[in-house]
Amino acid sequence: MKRRDFLKQSVFASGMTLIPSFLKGMEFLSPQQLSGYKNVIIIQLSGGNDGLNSIIPISNDIYHNLRPSIAKKQTQTLKITNDLAFNDNLKVIKELYDQGQVSIINNVGYPNPNRSHFRSTDIWQTASDTNQYLHTGWIGRYLDSNCQNPYQAVEVDNSLSLAMKGNQMNGIAVSDPNQLYKTTREPFFKNIVANTTKEMLDEDNQGYLYKTMLETYSSASYIHETSKIYTTTTEYPQHHFAKNLKTIADFIISGLKTRVYYSSLGGFDSHVNQLNSQDRLLKVYSEAIGALVSDLKKNNRFNDTLILTFSEFGRRVKQNGSRGTDHGAANNVTAISGSLKKAGIYNELPDLSNLDDNGDIKYTVDFRSIYATILNNWLEVDSHDVLNSDFKNLEFI
Amino acid sequence: MNTLSDKEIQHLYWRFGFGISPSQLKTARILSKRQIIDQLFSESRQSTALTMDLGALEKNPSELSKEERKKLRKLQRKKMNELNIIWFTQLTTTEEILREKMTLFFHNHFAVRLKMPRVCIHLNNIIRKHALGNFGDMLMEVSKSPAMLIFLNNRQNRKNHPNENFAREVMELFTLGRDNGYTEKDIKEAARAFTGWNFKKDGAFIFRSNHHDYGTKTVLGKTGDFTGEDVIKILLKEKQTAQYITKKFYQYFVNPIPDQDRIKQLSDILYNSDYDLRVLIQSTIESNWFYNTKNIGVKIKSPIELMVGLNRPFKVKYDDPKVILYLQRKLNQMLFFPPNVAGWPGGKTWIDNSTLMLRLKLASVILNSGIIEWNDKGDMPENVMMKQKYYQKMKTQIEKKVKATPDWDNFMSGLDQKDKITLSHYILQPEPSKIAKKVLKDLDSSDTKNFIVELLSLPEYQLC
Repeated sequence: MKRRDFLKQSVFASGMTLIPSFLKGMEFLSPQQLSGYKNVIIIQLSGGNDGLNSIIPISNDIYHNLRPSIAKKQTQTLKITNDLAFNDNLKVIKELYDQGQVSIINNVGYPNPNRSHFRSTDIWQTASDTNQYLHTGWIGRYLDSNCQNPYQAVEVDNSLSLAMKGNQMNGIAVSDPNQLYKTTREPFFKNIVANTTKEMLDEDNQGYLYKTMLETYSSASYIHETSKIYTTTTEYPQHHFAKNLKTIADFIISGLKTRVYYSSLGGFDSHVNQLNSQDRLLKVYSEAIGALVSDLKKNNRFNDTLILTFSEFGRRVKQNGSRGTDHGAANNVTAISGSLKKAGIYNELPDLSNLDDNGDIKYTVDFRSIYATILNNWLEVDSHDVLNSDFKNLEFI
Repeated sequence: MNTLSDKEIQHLYWRFGFGISPSQLKTARILSKRQIIDQLFSESRQSTALTMDLGALEKNPSELSKEERKKLRKLQRKKMNELNIIWFTQLTTTEEILREKMTLFFHNHFAVRLKMPRVCIHLNNIIRKHALGNFGDMLMEVSKSPAMLIFLNNRQNRKNHPNENFAREVMELFTLGRDNGYTEKDIKEAARAFTGWNFKKDGAFIFRSNHHDYGTKTVLGKTGDFTGEDVIKILLKEKQTAQYITKKFYQYFVNPIPDQDRIKQLSDILYNSDYDLRVLIQSTIESNWFYNTKNIGVKIKSPIELMVGLNRPFKVKYDDPKVILYLQRKLNQMLFFPPNVAGWPGGKTWIDNSTLMLRLKLASVILNSGIIEWNDKGDMPENVMMKQKYYQKMKTQIEKKVKATPDWDNFMSGLDQKDKITLSHYILQPEPSKIAKKVLKDLDSSDTKNFIVELLSLPEYQLC
């Protein structure tokens, strides 16, 4: 028997995958290397979170006048300043804020805002202009220009968002790393993968299937093997969002060489009776973040982690006829980390006396400035390669 | 062209149905193209509505105690699962395949996500009734259905207190398409026209005149004291609506890559027929271009198309129908639970690392206890033993969990020829990739059953 065949056989016999030679072997970070390995967790509150009832301009008369039945009363909030307060369901976020670990960036948006959930989500995820249609996401392009492996961007969710799709590489979507790993054990599939080379892949749907299969093989065993190193003992709330954050914590603390994690919490489209539904979701969000942060702190990883939370748009300032709010424009974004450069309220509060023609908040910070800042200052790459344009750097990190 | 090749018949059946069994293919082969198409329509002449016993759900929740309401919610969840299985069963057993396929298409167009079985089954049956009829009629009846009135909050949309939700989505998703010739102002004005739309306890539509805004509205450049019906008629008058529906239809049934000229031509036909869906389908499947090689085998099957397509020719029976729900959930397409009002985005978005691997494994799981028996010519004896042990373990696990019984005898008896080439052509719609060709060349086809499972486990089977 030839040496090559022998190797192939013995690799199989030892239970390892037949990984095509062009795919990188396994690597993970030792505890020494781990410190200083920066990563970012991006969380989308899907459906359009009402930022005004999350971080509340509590002493603003216009806020109270335009929202007679859904404005928050002082007693339902947690004070930040005389003018600003957290929704009292964001208790954990308020505690982090008091420790200087939260930065609130107000009035984030983009010129000519689109009020469709789907279009605005695409704009945020692809970092495009409002009239520009891109097929790749900003994290996908980050993978393309700066990374070697798909697992450097991981979405812990049921499916892969457009944000994670690049031209050459897509990020990995995984909700259950063990299950994913098991399906790659199949001898028949291993044989297909072993017969595949990159040059054989076309651009069409068929090529896409093979490409995804290869990416899965290149990452599934890595993620599985590496994430076994640490399993948290921190208690997380019983909610699938919290469970996803727990998986992310396991990955980070285990030393996965992942730079960007992505996850989302849905249900924020509060057209009707929004008080109950939004409050409940904010509580889910806050408690899950609380568990994640305490887990990261326990393991000395909070200083190297940045948690960015955004929503595709904010909501109309004036309430609608059903104790809810319709789709709006600019909104607040929060950054949470153990090593912020500028914590607190980053910029001026929304000017409710100067709304756009629709009655929505005007943007003063382009969301791509936040992306650029993360790319330049946190991930330490050139944001121009990813965003194809230069945006002003902010100073929160 | 008066006749269709096997590949073309399979194409027609995959796109406007859920594939074709070997014995059906045998029958269709001797018919002319005209006869095949006529048969497709005549099989769907009837419209078989879904039915289920709603039992306690007929009760009025306001008359119930807190404890009873809690029980009711639990029952609703249970009934939603039951409804899912009822439709799935209809999809896998019906003869009205064209109608069911169109219903599935519009299930995703008028995407409603509610845990209310009574209104969901009602909406589903409205769509089925009009699936081969008039799109305008479907749109009107859907818009007035309790499901849509609840889901997009039109009940709360009242004079001086408008709720824009339905007005926005009817333009963005149901008629004109996103950013296609309407403004935020049009949405606000249209919302006023839809005020007063509601339904009675028995689910019948009612116009509550005291909630309606009788003032003048301007929608898409037209001004009048419009009602909701008027706005829907205005939207249907827009050629853009026909264009948008046709484009979606084309990308779903013909090719994910749009052909602007073809879409323009079809959309004129749809518009000039006053939105007759039958005319749109006929113009497509009677054409020559539909059967063009560039349109064959290029669509990624949706999870439901994939599952139903596997179930039909093998007449799979499930001891525990929960498995059907589990698979739908894992593959990201639960019937009656689209992710949001835009429906499932489809195409490549069906595919990510986790779903792809399960999709590839699906045929073996349902048809062969999870086993894809594969032997390498150079396998050493230890290796063969390892594999056998792996297969045995897999088999025990899957048999315990899935409990699916396929009818292999029936499937096999429909096959005339069992050689490699014939079977590959029948099972794989696209031309196999270089990789698949290489893998296929080395496969052993002497065990027909194993070989079929192997074909069904190739990435090519994910396409139709």
